[in-house]
Amino acid sequence: MSSVMPKEYYRVLEELQTVDFVLLELSLYLDTHPDDPHSLAQVQQFHLRRQGLVQQFETHFGPLLEYAHSPTTAGWPWAETPWPWQV
Amino acid sequence: MKVSKCDPRLAKSLIEQYGGADGELAAALRYLNQRFTIPDKIIGLLTDIGTEEFAHLEMIATMVYKLTKDATVEQMEVAGLGGHLADHGFDLYYHNAAGNPFTVTYVTAKGDPIANLYEDIAAEEKARATYQWLIDMTDDVDIQDGLRFLREREVIHAIRFREAVELLKGFQEEKKVF
Repeated sequence: MSSVMPKEYYRVLEELQTVDFVLLELSLYLDTHPDDPHSLAQVQQFHLRRQGLVQQFETHFGPLLEYAHSPTTAGWPWAETPWPWQV
Repeated sequence: MKVSKCDPRLAKSLIEQYGGADGELAAALRYLNQRFTIPDKIIGLLTDIGTEEFAHLEMIATMVYKLTKDATVEQMEVAGLGGHLADHGFDLYYHNAAGNPFTVTYVTAKGDPIANLYEDIAAEEKARATYQWLIDMTDDVDIQDGLRFLREREVIHAIRFREAVELLKGFQEEKKVF
């Protein structure tokens, strides 16, 4: 199955992936350079930006993770969202 | 993952990075297994890179799926995927480009942190070389984008593992003081 999602889906998801990539790169760098203050500051900055994007995405398009960000009270949208290989 | 055309021929080669010796599955299992006995300083790095490899596995699977989902049986056969079709239909399977099933012998654990990390560096460099061959095999710019990204990740991982070797050497020298 494949779905075409609204433009906003791809835009927010791409921005989130970009921020995630920055955080991933910083994480690997910090794994071998744990005392680098500049990288630690960047993690703080991008982590905040990520929180906003996650909220924005999940409000409109459902959960990004099985259980991590926002608990649902109605239904079980996790298993309904299109999967990465379907969009 | 963007894929702009149906191309089972490329899928046949790309599956190397799914179930091949230097593929993403082998990488994830190799690093995550080494974490338990590596000195503490390196556990985080192996955890993070090992986990990232599982994300890459899903990226490769997505590409293979999209390259083959609209193919006809005849197109699959012409691409050399007749054998795959007979056994697995359009399902994905963990085998390499030549059709050999994944084997855990692709993964080593030598009980020696330096030997393990050199193995990891070599694995990243081999995967980088494979991605370069795959990039050369297609003119689909969307697929090339994805493959270039993955090739770059191999470069970064190799750099981080080299740094880990240096951290470990420092750690071993420290220990000699006692």
